[in-house]
Amino acid sequence: MSAEEKSGAAVLEARDLCKNYGNILALRGVSTSVHAGSVTCVLGDNGAGKSTFIKILSGVHQHDTGELRVDGEPIRLTSPRDALDRGIATVYQDLALVPLMSIWRNFFLGAEPTRGVGPFRRFDVDFARRTTRAELAAMGIDIRDPDQPIGQLSGGERQSVAIARAVYFGARVLILDEPTSALGVKQAGVVLRYIVQARDRGLAVVFITHNPHHAFPVGDRFLILNRGQSLGHFAKSEISLDELTKLMAGGAELQQLSHELELSRPGS
Amino acid sequence: MARSGPTGQTEAVPPAADERLASVGFFRQLLARPELGAIVGAVAVFLFFAFYTEAFATARGFANMLDPAATLGIMAVLVALLMIGGEFDLSAGVMTATGGLLVAMLTTKLGWNVWSALAAAIGFGGLVGLLNGYLVIRTGLPSFIVTLGSLLMLQGLNLGVTKLVTGTVQVRGVASADGYSSARALFASTVEIGGGAFRVTIIWWVAVAALATWVLLRTRPGNWIFAVGGSATAARSVGVPTARTKIALFMAVSMAAALVGSMRLLRLTSVQANAGIGEEFQFIIAAVIGGCLLTGGYGSAVGAAIGALIFAMAKQGIVFAGWDSDWFQLFLGVLLLLATLLNRYVRQRAETVKQ
Repeated sequence: MSAEEKSGAAVLEARDLCKNYGNILALRGVSTSVHAGSVTCVLGDNGAGKSTFIKILSGVHQHDTGELRVDGEPIRLTSPRDALDRGIATVYQDLALVPLMSIWRNFFLGAEPTRGVGPFRRFDVDFARRTTRAELAAMGIDIRDPDQPIGQLSGGERQSVAIARAVYFGARVLILDEPTSALGVKQAGVVLRYIVQARDRGLAVVFITHNPHHAFPVGDRFLILNRGQSLGHFAKSEISLDELTKLMAGGAELQQLSHELELSRPGS
Repeated sequence: MARSGPTGQTEAVPPAADERLASVGFFRQLLARPELGAIVGAVAVFLFFAFYTEAFATARGFANMLDPAATLGIMAVLVALLMIGGEFDLSAGVMTATGGLLVAMLTTKLGWNVWSALAAAIGFGGLVGLLNGYLVIRTGLPSFIVTLGSLLMLQGLNLGVTKLVTGTVQVRGVASADGYSSARALFASTVEIGGGAFRVTIIWWVAVAALATWVLLRTRPGNWIFAVGGSATAARSVGVPTARTKIALFMAVSMAAALVGSMRLLRLTSVQANAGIGEEFQFIIAAVIGGCLLTGGYGSAVGAAIGALIFAMAKQGIVFAGWDSDWFQLFLGVLLLLATLLNRYVRQRAETVKQ
């Protein structure tokens, strides 16, 4: 593990997290830390445990053993709501957007601003429309019509709306689950720019990806997962893009090789 | 603007293009309204029968037509909310009979006041809805099958209990119960306007449609209803109380069914134990004609109210036209199919990525 762990500065910290689903060991002893104004990348191939890891960080699942700390205080996140209340927002691969609903309805879904009191308490629709447009403009997204169903936006635009939403709602930790995986080169570049923008606003970003070429330019720390275990945790100064790529590929190759050797043994 | 020279014409192009854009935008906005199809359909059906028959476009004709439209409409609006929330309730039709039977038995057999019996019936409706919703949420089974179960159970209870208590398949004699006249005034009286006797239920229908529209479009729970129907997982992950929203919708439908059943009882003073069977489909059809998607997440309360109006206009119009009432089923089938196709088109438009 890397040495630069000043636990006071870490907004979110994981220590030796383990998670089992029945007899399947999904995650074994994974540690990392996430600091304000920096990007921690979680890399790994399919089935490496990335999803399980972020589900624990975002409160969807609870870890079995190990420790999760928010601002240095050990906690157990009971639900996504609990995580949100502590400032940990997750933008999922499916983006948690409702395609048939308008952009502004999606933007404020689950946290609708209201006006009036008692039985006359109502959704402040004008505020929602105005704010959605302004917030998206602040991230450089020009929305033609906030009443448009969000399903009509392109993948990159939708991703950006989801990020803008998390930033607006005061997220301190932003967890992005494979935000670039389904996108073309140009759209992925757009999303990477929003990640940097969120970082510059002082957010602690957790960026999950299986693409080292997306991770390296924006990341400050890299956690590499393979088959539920950590292959290493590096600061940017400790690793180059080549090494990172090799580590991800090498991990898979080694695994393949040992598997083949195992198979060939009984025959010889 | 400048129209004289050739340069003037080129200058005039941008504003012209803008105007065209604006009108396309307006047209698109109109198309985006889920109740558009229902409004067009209602106007078409109305015009057809107004010209084809003489009795239709009269005060008496309106009164005859709006009377069944009102009770159907109240239920269609609630069922539309539930459908936008992504669920069905097949027990809603039979629940109207259960509500009426409960009020009738509590007043005639146990001597309860009509108002307390009404409160009990609505409370029982809430219980049925709670059970429906809880089972659907807890088991993850389609609401279609869960509420089919409760439909059969309620149907059995309606007949079984009525026979046990009265020895017949109906309960009568509510008119002599305490509080009958005040309850009837509120739920079943008529107002004479231009020779037609209009039921007070019409006002309830309009009020319910207006309230539902307000809730749906201008409150937090309204936003949640669209979300749980459009994508329950997305809604859950941003903190929408999906279980509570859906259970509340089921409860609202069953409670409204109990109320509508009681409205009918107060008016007829008797209730048949086998009433309401098959009405659940009328509610769903009216909601679909009003723009609700069968898959949830999209629809309109006003649309459902208009859907009920179309339903009632066609039924009454066919009677006035002197046709065999079997034609009504054909008409209904065609209308339902057209509405479903239109809704599907609207959904596809809403989900296609532009660019």
